[in-house]
Amino acid sequence: MTTANKAFGLLSAGLLGLGLLATGPANAADDGTRIDWGPYKVDEKRSGYTYAGAQTRAMQDDEFQNPAFLWLERGMDLWETADGAANTSCADCHGDAEESMAGVATRYPIYFDDWGKLMNIEQRINWCRETQMQAEPLKWESDALLGLTAFVKNQSKGMPIDVAVDGPAAPFFEQGKAFYETRRGQLDLACTHCHVDNEGNLIRAETLSQGQANGFPTYRLKWQSVGSLHRRFRGCNRNIRAQPYPYGSDEYTNLELYVTWRGNGLPVESPSVRK
Amino acid sequence: LAAAAPPAQAAGVVEYAVVDGYTIPEPLTETPGDPVMGRKWAINRKLGNCLSCHQMPIPEEQFHGETGPALYGVGDVYSEGELRLRIVDPKALNPYSMMPSFHKVAGLNRVLDGFENKPILNAQQIEDIVAYLMTLKDTSRN
Ligand code: HEC
Ligand code: HEC
Ligand code: HEC
Repeated sequence: MTTANKAFGLLSAGLLGLGLLATGPANAADDGTRIDWGPYKVDEKRSGYTYAGAQTRAMQDDEFQNPAFLWLERGMDLWETADGAANTSCADCHGDAEESMAGVATRYPIYFDDWGKLMNIEQRINWCRETQMQAEPLKWESDALLGLTAFVKNQSKGMPIDVAVDGPAAPFFEQGKAFYETRRGQLDLACTHCHVDNEGNLIRAETLSQGQANGFPTYRLKWQSVGSLHRRFRGCNRNIRAQPYPYGSDEYTNLELYVTWRGNGLPVESPSVRK
Repeated sequence: LAAAAPPAQAAGVVEYAVVDGYTIPEPLTETPGDPVMGRKWAINRKLGNCLSCHQMPIPEEQFHGETGPALYGVGDVYSEGELRLRIVDPKALNPYSMMPSFHKVAGLNRVLDGFENKPILNAQQIEDIVAYLMTLKDTSRN
């Protein structure tokens, strides 16, 4: 079998196995009792995976079908590539990512003392580039930064998220929580209206999930690309006609801590696939 | 009947009087609402987009949302004035409502550039939608 055939075989087997459940969007949201979601559901916490259609889930599960692996491979190459005035690579300092990066993504965003505020994985990577490699920071949503982020997070795949929200992180966590609960935009909605009060309900053709962060960066079929969590935040803000914040802004990094904390206990799933 | 003073509003928002905190009996415009246009505004994703949250007797459109109550028979349950308030400013009835206030801009937060100080629906569109909802007399769903 060629790789493509093998992948297709896996995909169709997956679809056959789940065929009975693929009766429509409303059922896909309610079928928690009929599918054992395994690690994707921890008590009442549910990954976006459990709201995705069978086909989308199959695409995520199969490395040959999951388009995000193209980005991840880019990240794997960059890990080994020397750059900057210091002419060093990530691997020069961190060695084998499978060892050095395992579990790292479960802890981010962290409180970073030197900044006196939070730092997420994208910001950590750029901190390493600027201070350690003396290289230019990578642009948000560039294939390079998405690839490295996906690669680093993928080393924690399956490990439960466990971000700290006490100690110095606490005030930033509180700001993120306040953001989550504040109405904004011409439609005057807060994140809670859609992702807490209406989890599992249809909003037009979309089944609302809990809006969990554990799968990012994610390949979104609508984007035809991988995107960061902050891109998703911007999208959800724009959909309610609210002025989005910049990528990497303090507002979004604080929000990221709150949203990630909502999923403490869920496994890191990066890179996920979503509609 | 106690008519509350209308809130301070921006250009493009017609003044209206809420009576007893429950109804806006006076139409917002001189021109009577057109139910055929109202049905169009209700479907239009850039205008009412009511289907994102409500199931309605609009069979040609797939995927009706379910975050709000179904609107079958709503014209039998409410008067014209009561429906008008429920679209203009549902938060006057329920401050926690998820439903946007379609003809009110006061108190909004961080509105996207280009949409500031503009109501989602203009006064005539409100009247058209009210006229359309008044035609929904059949509570039987089919
Ligand atoms: C009007 C409804 C609405 C509001 C308000 C809203 N979202 Fe969403 N959001 C959606 C929809 C629809 C999706 C795609 C389906 C899903 O996963 O829920 C989504 C997806 C997401 C996802 C991706 C989940 C995944 O598994 O990939 C995240 C994260 C998210 N939203 C966060 C937020 C945050 C944070 C806010 C507030 C700043 C917010 N959303 C406000 C409708 C909304
Ligand atoms: C010259 C050395 C050096 C290079 C090159 C370097 N880093 Fe780092 N990296 C560090 C140091 C030092 C830390 C901070 C360790 C600490 O504080 O625990 C760090 C921390 C990290 C962390 C967080 C680890 C944790 O446990 O919190 C990540 C993720 C990371 N680096 C990724 C990268 C990536 C991706 C690259 C390449 C783009 C890279 N690093 C290049 C030195 C380097
Ligand atoms: C973002 C979600 C949302 C949108 C969009 C929306 N609604 Fe609503 N609507 C609701 C909710 C939720 C309620 C339940 C009452 C409440 O919470 O205020 C409601 C209640 C109503 C009611 C009262 C129904 C009853 O049984 O008491 C009417 C009438 C109504 N909506 C009409 C409309 C019309 C017409 C539109 C479009 C112009 C619209 N809605 C758009 C969410 C929405």
